[in-house]
Amino acid sequence: MFPVFQPESPEAQAIYDLFILVLMISAAIFIIVAGLIAVALWRGRSRAILPKQDFGSEKREIYWMVGPILIVIWITAISAKLILTVNAFPKIQPPGDEMAEADLTVTGHQWWWEIEHHESGIVEANEIYIPTGKKLRVKLQSADVIHCFWVPQLARKMDVIPGRENYIWLEAGKPGVYQGRCAEYCGNQHAWMNFKVYALTTDEFAKWESGEKVAPGTPAEPAAVAGEKLFFAHTCSNCHTVAGTVAQATIGPDLTRVASRKQLAGGAIENSTENLVRWLKNPQAIKPGCKMPNFKFSDDEARQVAAYLESLN
Amino acid sequence: MSTEVATQYELIEVDSTTGLLSWVSTVDHKRVGILYILLAVFFLLIGGIEAVLIRMQLAVPGNTFLSPEVFNQLFTMHGTTMVFLVGMPFFTGFSNYLVPLMIGAKDVAFPRLNAMSFWMLPFGAFLLYFSFLTGAAPNAGWFSYAPLSTKPYSLGPGIDYWLVGLIVMGVGSIAGAINIVATVLCMRAPGMSLQRVPLFVWIMLMQAMLIVITIPPLNSALALLCVDRWLEAAFFEPVRGGSALLWQHFFWIFGHPEVYVFALPAFAMVSEVIPVFSRKPIYGYAFVAGSSTVILLLSYGVWAHHMFAVGLGTSANIFFSIMTMLIALPTGVKIFNWTATMWGGSIRFSTSMLFAIAFLIQFVIGGLTGIMFAAVPIDWQMTDTYFVVAHFHYVLIGGVVFAIFAATYYWFPKMTGRMLDERLGKWQFWLWLFGFNGTFMVQHFLGAMGMPRRVYTYADNPGWALLNGISSASVILMVVGTIVLIWNIVKSLLHGEVAGNNPWDAFTLEWATTSPPPETNFDSLPEIKSRRPVWDQQHPEYADWKFAKTPEDSGRRPDRAKVCAWAFVISEAVFFVLLLVTYVVFNSQASDDGPSAETVLDVPRTAIFSGFLLASSLTFWFSERSLRAGRRKTFLFWLGTTILLGIVFLCGQGWEYAGLISNDVTIDRNLFASTFFTVTGFHGLHVTAGLIALAIMFTLGRKNHLTKVHSKPFEAIGVYWHFVDVVWILVFSIIYLGAFKL
Repeated sequence: MFPVFQPESPEAQAIYDLFILVLMISAAIFIIVAGLIAVALWRGRSRAILPKQDFGSEKREIYWMVGPILIVIWITAISAKLILTVNAFPKIQPPGDEMAEADLTVTGHQWWWEIEHHESGIVEANEIYIPTGKKLRVKLQSADVIHCFWVPQLARKMDVIPGRENYIWLEAGKPGVYQGRCAEYCGNQHAWMNFKVYALTTDEFAKWESGEKVAPGTPAEPAAVAGEKLFFAHTCSNCHTVAGTVAQATIGPDLTRVASRKQLAGGAIENSTENLVRWLKNPQAIKPGCKMPNFKFSDDEARQVAAYLESLN
Repeated sequence: MSTEVATQYELIEVDSTTGLLSWVSTVDHKRVGILYILLAVFFLLIGGIEAVLIRMQLAVPGNTFLSPEVFNQLFTMHGTTMVFLVGMPFFTGFSNYLVPLMIGAKDVAFPRLNAMSFWMLPFGAFLLYFSFLTGAAPNAGWFSYAPLSTKPYSLGPGIDYWLVGLIVMGVGSIAGAINIVATVLCMRAPGMSLQRVPLFVWIMLMQAMLIVITIPPLNSALALLCVDRWLEAAFFEPVRGGSALLWQHFFWIFGHPEVYVFALPAFAMVSEVIPVFSRKPIYGYAFVAGSSTVILLLSYGVWAHHMFAVGLGTSANIFFSIMTMLIALPTGVKIFNWTATMWGGSIRFSTSMLFAIAFLIQFVIGGLTGIMFAAVPIDWQMTDTYFVVAHFHYVLIGGVVFAIFAATYYWFPKMTGRMLDERLGKWQFWLWLFGFNGTFMVQHFLGAMGMPRRVYTYADNPGWALLNGISSASVILMVVGTIVLIWNIVKSLLHGEVAGNNPWDAFTLEWATTSPPPETNFDSLPEIKSRRPVWDQQHPEYADWKFAKTPEDSGRRPDRAKVCAWAFVISEAVFFVLLLVTYVVFNSQASDDGPSAETVLDVPRTAIFSGFLLASSLTFWFSERSLRAGRRKTFLFWLGTTILLGIVFLCGQGWEYAGLISNDVTIDRNLFASTFFTVTGFHGLHVTAGLIALAIMFTLGRKNHLTKVHSKPFEAIGVYWHFVDVVWILVFSIIYLGAFKL
């Protein structure tokens, strides 16, 4: 329920620890200040006589400031220490260091995420499969405007900025599904630019990887074949990729494995045949303003395209 | 004050009868102040309605009440409205009304400039809101991050209305602030030394100075974005070599001091309210005043704490973390002083005081979450979530708006002559207290649940619906509270208890005159021998000057035209510095992509024309001396020569531009050309403006209207003219000589 308070990586844990400490200090300060105000008000509530006209004392002001100054130094020091740890990111590697290459490249698009696994060459959309317990170097870049990559349970958030490469570490301490979101307002459909990180055990991850490498299926049943025709007749390939076909564009998500995804449209809807058909019939009704136009498919046509997409997996 | 001041007062004497026209034509600082406040109230309602719509949309998950398009326009307009059309005018209004009264002056330093500053606002507001009629209100957020706000991603005219509206309002704000600075420095009554002004006046002086230096960075950012959008430059387009982060830097160099532009007046207001209702002087006047000055100085060095998530380097992160922590200290000082003022006091729980106390507590909460954000790693988790929404609403509503309510109940009797109803006031207080905390306290938790800000809807994640529901429902209490306030105001204006001069037994000079004050403010002033002249008058046995010595008034006041000119020049200097920074940023790396300073500029020729401009400073100085000496002929001769030299310089610039453009070096060619034309173009505009001013002076001089006694305003124009020359020296050495590359 509170992902910020349920860290599942060493980095998120360290940030959480700092947060709790500063929260406690703040609570203590608040209780002291509010308490002093309450006492002052209580004692002064029915004082009828003219109070002593006290203009202040320089000495007392200075004594008072000792506490806050020490607290500020303390918080600055512990947060600076953590900045050094988290920022100790070998972003600028010595040339020739093989580690300089990122494990993953995440590209923010209006309004979806493109993920490329460097070693295997696997490309995903809005889902990031990672092996548990491995510290992955993630390169963040943007295809259009500024986005922000945020998986509260696993890592700090980091802006995704056009014309600039940012790097973070991504690591999950235990297997699970971790919600991620775009945190920087990036236009119309910023709300539906969610993604999920799936942390798998090493075995599962290997299995997933080999599964992804299997060549996409070929449409066999008549509906799927008809759908394939529609897909290429309706300029779908101008924006999307389907591995092994002429469709190689990257304006929209790679559709080769779309049937295996849990959600569609940046988290706006769950993935099911029904929802996929609904989406194909009019994406603008589900995610108004998204870049995919309404192709005005008939019910049958939408089902055929969905059948084609599902046959790929 | 010199005789020249007196003559100007005669000039501005206007008909002050009643009627709508008298309000439109008024230059009386009290009426202008009230106009500002009414404008702010109007837009508080508009911005409030926008907020209510936003909360209605977010009340339940998956809501389709508003389309994303409309939702995004609403939160953009809500932010923009609250900052530029509510916050700024409220405080400028109070400042306008109260500062002259508190220092015992008849009016502000420049009453007509004051009226102009005000009327810029409704015009700017009209432009901004006209965008709704075009069907495309601005929708890039109140900080309009590039490149989202550039043409490729925001095709509609919304952003253009936003840009022009903000520039118009910004110019008005700077002019208004310069006026307050000049008023406080030059118009104080005898005895009112600068160390004796009420804290409200001192802090508003700091705020006005901050406005003077903090709006220009916004203006330069807006100017650059205009050039991008209208002339197809690429300052903010990374694909064409621009920088997405430059906008953020410039915007927050404006944007964070802007927070203090709001916080300082809130401090100023409660620094008057709390002492009066504790029946004690402020504890540690010097510390409250001094800490405000420290805030002014530090606020310029904390902007990048809005950018911790953009991936700045470690040292930048740590530097801005330290600076942000530091600025918490002077604010902490004030909290102590207000508490100490109440300590041992005799507390009167008036509505005004209740709002001030709630301000104190809520501002502490907003301040503490601010400290959390200053601890950078916490910011890396919580920024851009509802935690940050909660944080700044605690500062801006829990702090600033509550302070405005405290001020409203406190000064309403002075402004209208009638008391506000205390029983209705308390209803409003409790409704707002619960409504505000109900709306925003839960948003802290929503942030920890991972809810990003600025989403038009959300999935039914565990807990989100409940907390959003509480947040939205609580808004109803604030709405009802606002209706109670409006009812209270209407009722009190009609049948409210008559206030009398000093209903609160308050301390400062505005309470020494009638409520509302006469047009010239005071029939007679009490003797000013301390910081609380009215207290001294009411309680002679405990008079402050008997117990606490304050520095005597030297009686010296600087010339207001000079103060105005210098403040204006400082403001303009900031504007040019940022434009020059832009030039340096984009031209420090050699690029063989298209024209550059080395390849297309004719340095010797421009050097010769620069000589003409620099010579004009000298001839201006001669004309100034002649005017002072009363030699009209030589004065006109040198002034004419100055104008001629300026025209020659502009002709040189025209020649240069024509040559460049014929060689296909245009503003959209590459970043060198964009920055070159932007910097030199704005400088050329300033020279032109200066020439117009000089031409007016020349005409006045020829008709014999400009004589020896007007030498001060003439010298003020000289300050501007010399400034334009100094800027050119910088422009020439940076662009033509490439001084920054050495």
